[in-house]
Amino acid sequence: MKVLMFGWEFPPHISGGLGTACYGLIKGLNVHNQEVIFVVPKLYGDEEPLADFVNASDVEVDYREKKFQDTWANLTYLEINSYLVPYLGQEEFEKYTDYTLHHRSDIEETVFSNKFEFSGKYGKNLMEEVARYALVATQIAKVKDHDLIHAHDWLAYPAAIAAKEISGKPFIAHIHATQFDRAGQGGASGPVYEIEKAGLRAADHILAVSHLTKKVVVEKYGVNPDKVSVLHNAVLDASIIKSEIQKHVPEKIVTFLGRITYQKGPEYFVEAAKKVIQRDPNVRFVMAGNGDLLNKMVERVAELGMGTKFHFTGFLKGKDVDDMYAISDVYVMPSVSEPFGIAPLEAVRHNTPVIISKQSGVAEVLRNAIKIDFWDVDAMADAIFGLLHYPSIAKMFKELGSEELKNLKWEHVAAKLVTVYEKLHNQKP
Amino acid sequence: MRTICFYFQVHQPLRIKPYRFFDIGDDHYYWDDYSNKSIIRKVAQKCYLPMNALLLDMINHYNGKFKVSFSISGVCLDQFESYAPDVLESFQKLVATGHVELLNETDAHSLSALASKTEFNRMVNAHKEKIKRLFNGYEPKVFRNTELIYSDKIGEMVADMGFEGMLTEGAKHILGWKSPNFVYENNINPNLKILLKNFQLSDDIAFRFSNKSWSDYPLTTEKFGKWLNAVPKEQETVNLFMDYETFGEHQWVETGIFEFMKALPNMVFSQTDFTFSTPYEVVKGGKPIAKINVPVPISWADEERDLTAWLGNDLQNEAFAKLYELEDKVKKIDDPEIQRDWSYLQTSDHFYYMCTKFFSDGAVHSYFSHYDTPYDAFINYMNVLSDFILRVESKVKEMQAT
Repeated sequence: MKVLMFGWEFPPHISGGLGTACYGLIKGLNVHNQEVIFVVPKLYGDEEPLADFVNASDVEVDYREKKFQDTWANLTYLEINSYLVPYLGQEEFEKYTDYTLHHRSDIEETVFSNKFEFSGKYGKNLMEEVARYALVATQIAKVKDHDLIHAHDWLAYPAAIAAKEISGKPFIAHIHATQFDRAGQGGASGPVYEIEKAGLRAADHILAVSHLTKKVVVEKYGVNPDKVSVLHNAVLDASIIKSEIQKHVPEKIVTFLGRITYQKGPEYFVEAAKKVIQRDPNVRFVMAGNGDLLNKMVERVAELGMGTKFHFTGFLKGKDVDDMYAISDVYVMPSVSEPFGIAPLEAVRHNTPVIISKQSGVAEVLRNAIKIDFWDVDAMADAIFGLLHYPSIAKMFKELGSEELKNLKWEHVAAKLVTVYEKLHNQKP
Repeated sequence: MRTICFYFQVHQPLRIKPYRFFDIGDDHYYWDDYSNKSIIRKVAQKCYLPMNALLLDMINHYNGKFKVSFSISGVCLDQFESYAPDVLESFQKLVATGHVELLNETDAHSLSALASKTEFNRMVNAHKEKIKRLFNGYEPKVFRNTELIYSDKIGEMVADMGFEGMLTEGAKHILGWKSPNFVYENNINPNLKILLKNFQLSDDIAFRFSNKSWSDYPLTTEKFGKWLNAVPKEQETVNLFMDYETFGEHQWVETGIFEFMKALPNMVFSQTDFTFSTPYEVVKGGKPIAKINVPVPISWADEERDLTAWLGNDLQNEAFAKLYELEDKVKKIDDPEIQRDWSYLQTSDHFYYMCTKFFSDGAVHSYFSHYDTPYDAFINYMNVLSDFILRVESKVKEMQAT
């Protein structure tokens, strides 16, 4: 099978989990001898050669051709008035909303330039890039032979729709996160939501990263459940990571590691911390990450009078992330809404027992973890206290968790994906 | 006889280096040597060295009729010893003229007066000893608390330590209709005379001097002389209290601030009936006009003239409470590094950096802070404090074992 796949980022240049998931999936597909043409807005040249990479920035498009103009006309309805960027909070988002609304470039400006240099980031020109990406997809679909189109998240849906117009091949929309996860309490609306809806409507089949996400797709986007398959994520490497790092504090460490935004439920972690410290002062809590709720969390920690026991590290990367997992005695992911959530699996690789919210997709695949409702601060505190004080349960989770991890392989995921591919391919000869 | 009393605050905190969670329990050195040194050197070049040279000239030129006073914090003196012996020497020369008074304060420029009498006394004595050692046995008679923080109770503690005078802010809400241009007495112990800052005339120099949108810009000595003459005849003392960094650092050399100061004494002697005095001379010379009633602490900071710049939000209160919880334990520990860090961690600036008053509209009050936000300041300080607590606990355990 020859798959034309549209993504937005690819390791090592990633800013979210989307690139990592694409990487794992392609590695898995390689095991099953699938040919993948992987398109990204921008390539850096140091990507692992796992697929036939196409750098959208290199593709020449003659903007005078009518079919391009049609595609463009269909896309210029894009406006920004919602949470556009999955990895930003509202405050950061508003900073450039204004810019985008007043600086919309028009196709005429660049009518004689053939190439467009994508940033491939989640910047202020994101909507324009998404639209141009679709233009480029039209060209790629014309010149690259393929059997199927597979697009990751809304950023790539317009590209997939445009490609399908050209080649008529089946289109699979892969959902890693929906606007409902990102937007929080306000609910989803605006152009991202519109693009998601259009993408899911145009798709011949849909892949959701969890049953939780499938439920959202069916209930909130009105999609026929028969059209949706669940394809859980996996881990690239299930081996246990032996760390050299020594922790320098005598207390046990309980960690939250992720973006400090509404979606991740940081405030429930803070409240649970207070309850634990009241019973056992010999614990340190760490909130690692950055986000629009950081300052609010700092204030709450001070208000609760636990500033010398609850620490903030700011954004961590690379070795610091590994070190943080390694010195943690418990990892907590209290997400309010998490389509999948790969971080707890990383914690398990470091032999750290995890507590995850029932509102996360990863809860469907990780059996040996404590699962709580994100809002149930008492249950969270009980679970933390239990894992810290009753070594037997922590030990059991460590052993069983790492055993379980071995089955969460991308090649297993890819095997399932291949059956979806084949079924779809045979339906539409 | 009417007189002008100049007092300059000389202070630089020991800034904390970026200190991460991973450093807790591992790295026990908290101080940002590089930035502390470079700031001291920068301010030395712009302010301390040229202004000290100018003052020395003026004192010599007027044969001692022009005089000033300083309060140099202990944490600043320590940094002069390490990074700027030339600055220290220039202060020593000034004091040696006999026309420069040094005031006593808390060694670390701390808020200890608000936390613990014992610690406050210890800090004051440490500063006294430091001045004695560095300035040829000099003994201050007048006290100036950190950022002019004062209340009846604080005044009583200061009087108990034998001081005869103390400086504070002429805060409007304390004075009401009263004038700051008199000597007052502490409400509890009348042996302590209180000098109040004339914030109008002080801030004309310290804050408004180079402000082009100020209706009285530019400020000339003639204009200043007119304002001095406008002070009612019966009012005897005009206390001009300000940061020493006003000269060359807050007001750059290009503003003409040095020329203004150079020309000021001549104008005062020729066009007004004012002289210059140091705080102790004022305390000895003037008759106190009344008791001053300050039940709630005041300071010279911001419009509110209260403590909210240091202890006004949850972050500051939490850091302050956690720090002073350690006092009893630290007192028992005989370890020079623990004692040093205990002092330096008390410096009021650490709490000032956590102030969110100016942060509400996103415009950070960043001039005096090296942190991006008050939250960063809090996180960094609490990480350091957490490590310090571990060290204190382990020393206490060690002592119990032996």
